Amino acid sequence: MFFASSVPSGVVVLVGAVFLASCVEMVEALTIVLAVGHTRGWRAALQGSAVAIVVLAALVASFGPALVRVPLNELRLIVGAVLLIFGMQWLRKAILRASGLKALHDEDAIYREKVAELKALDASVNLDRVAFVVAFKGVFLEGLEVVILVLTLGSSAHRLGLAAVAAAAAVVLVGVVGVVVAKQLSKVPENAMKMSVGVLLVTYGTFWTGEGLKVKWPGGDVMLAAFVGIYAVVTWLLVLVVRRENPQVSAEVAA
Amino acid sequence: MNQSPPALALRLVKGFGRFCWDLLVGDTPELFVAALVIIGVVTLLSVVGHFNTAAMIVLPLLAISALAISLRRAQRAARRK
Repeated sequence: MFFASSVPSGVVVLVGAVFLASCVEMVEALTIVLAVGHTRGWRAALQGSAVAIVVLAALVASFGPALVRVPLNELRLIVGAVLLIFGMQWLRKAILRASGLKALHDEDAIYREKVAELKALDASVNLDRVAFVVAFKGVFLEGLEVVILVLTLGSSAHRLGLAAVAAAAAVVLVGVVGVVVAKQLSKVPENAMKMSVGVLLVTYGTFWTGEGLKVKWPGGDVMLAAFVGIYAVVTWLLVLVVRRENPQVSAEVAA
Repeated sequence: MNQSPPALALRLVKGFGRFCWDLLVGDTPELFVAALVIIGVVTLLSVVGHFNTAAMIVLPLLAISALAISLRRAQRAARRK
């Protein structure tokens, strides 16, 4: 009760969005790192991942303070527009997957594909270097979207530190779970997480685009919670509509 | 393999440009256009016309409409395959 009344809804939405988005991206990165580790050795895989994480953290540390200096209205308009686009893209993909129109993200298949790719490499190439580069690229590219979310969400809410901590917590959590189970996390409900992130990003995108264009939201931050509810219901309805309009595809997925 | 600094800088700028394009436009240009339309309409309503309530209602409605249109496009593309 105390938590609910003392933590602003903006903070909950911010932490939720960054944490879930980071989890989704890190699960995808973990699949690549595990494929590299199992086929080409752990040393280069872990080195590549560690360097990528350091570079990503450096990006947040160097661009974050600069973004905080941009006038708030302009920053929120740009960030709001970017988040609206990101959010709609994530929601679209998640709805298509939930309806069976798009294949679910299959970590097992990606893992097998990556292992086959690495095993097929010519023995004459420097394998340590290849393993390092593949692990680096996997973590860096998956992490870049997280960095953009941390920077945009964190700086616009003036809570860059909190956003960075939420992302770091997700990296640690996925990393620890990955080490414990020692395999790709194919059982993670990735699409449900992606859908939740989509709802949260569209929520922030709507709110900040409005604020940047001088819209006065009733109740201020409270509208964030209202938008989460509205967009969640709309998403659920859209999944039902798309499923109903494509019964054969949905039946094939269920079979 | 070794590139001159200007050539490397150009490659990096091009790579960054391609990354931004893929991230914001990619295979859903309609959502990028929708964001521009949303900004245009809400600017007219809120900044120019001072119709706060209308802007508050129109903004999420346009976002939902854009998502529905994009899904419809994806469904059509799936049926063609």
